[in-house]
Amino acid sequence: MAKVRFRDKEWEVPGGKTIRQIIEEVGLDPESVLAVQDGKLLNEETVIDDDDEIRLLAVISGGV
Amino acid sequence: MAKGGRRQHRVPRCKKCGEVAVIFMRHHRLALCATHYQEWFVNYTQRTIEKYKMFRKTDRVLVAVSGGKDSLALWDVLTQLGYQADGLYIGLGIDEGIRYSDKSLEAIQKFMETRPGLRLHVVDMKSTYGATIPELAQRSRRGRGKPCSVCGLSKRHVMNEVALREGYDVLVTGHNLDDEAAVLFQNTLHWQTGYLARQSPVLEATHPGLVRKAKPLCRFYEREVAAYAIVRGIDYQYDECPFSVGATTIYYKELLNKLEGESPGSKFQFYTQFLNAKKKGLISFHEPEGEVILRPCRVCGQPTTAGEICAFCRLWVTPGMDAEEAAKVVPTLKLHTIEKEEDANLEVEVSG
Repeated sequence: MAKVRFRDKEWEVPGGKTIRQIIEEVGLDPESVLAVQDGKLLNEETVIDDDDEIRLLAVISGGV
Repeated sequence: MAKGGRRQHRVPRCKKCGEVAVIFMRHHRLALCATHYQEWFVNYTQRTIEKYKMFRKTDRVLVAVSGGKDSLALWDVLTQLGYQADGLYIGLGIDEGIRYSDKSLEAIQKFMETRPGLRLHVVDMKSTYGATIPELAQRSRRGRGKPCSVCGLSKRHVMNEVALREGYDVLVTGHNLDDEAAVLFQNTLHWQTGYLARQSPVLEATHPGLVRKAKPLCRFYEREVAAYAIVRGIDYQYDECPFSVGATTIYYKELLNKLEGESPGSKFQFYTQFLNAKKKGLISFHEPEGEVILRPCRVCGQPTTAGEICAFCRLWVTPGMDAEEAAKVVPTLKLHTIEKEEDANLEVEVSG
């Protein structure tokens, strides 16, 4: 199972899915997050493997 | 299962070199690798600066930096493009158990360590004005307990004062297209015609006491700015301001992102077509009660519509106090300047 972290949350998801599918499955908006692995940016069509660890970063900020 | 069921996935390739792309921008129909994305981002910023006649290479530019992705990305790009861009950081004194302001300054200092020659002006609210933003908000009736209103007011005041005092030609901020689209959405929902009239990538100095302002990142989606910061290795402040939780702006951004997901390019069209329509005179807005009259504040001299004393100086004024008495209690700006030279440690110069 791949590990996906977002802020203080963590999910275990089966490999073979795209970043975009995973973002939608955990209830986030693909427009509002970016996926990073080992500091490298991943495009949302990247298919993840079972041993991957992915960090999702929120890109929306407030206080305009 | 993802919306729309299982799909055939084709990994996007960089349009320039064919490598695996790190980003695909649907509204531009453009996929790019990390190297070519950085190149595109820098060039597109320059095109935006030229399109809206924001500033020239000979101008002195002051960049408002918060330590977040937008402002650090902006400073990085302007430096790469060869602009004379100095930074301004305002220490707001927000902690809320996560050292928010301390971490913001640390992110800026780390950014400067790898970019010799940068110059940063620092105004610390507590040491200059005797109170942090949350403390100032406590003593004010503005914002009903949330410091955001006092924070915005203070930042606008300090940024304008530093830019004018230090002789900068333009003040630039890291507002991105999502910021602008959310504001446009809010102002349209409420038909705030005065705000709609003023919303622009460039705010001209309409008074000698106001600095010119520009937003060079206004045509980038927020995720594109974050993506640029990541591929450039900028270690920005990831935490959100703890007081921004539940902010209306964030709610509007989320709504617009839902629309964007269903209809790619919606945000871009919404904002850029608004600007185009205004430029062509297809739509026009006016201040609700005629022209706004600006007069210098009798305490600090900055232009104000609020009578004799501006809203910022009124934070220190008690009822019944006149301008002369107010001038004795409103603190004056203290500016620290940090310069990171090629082969030297941080130098700090303090001026009153």
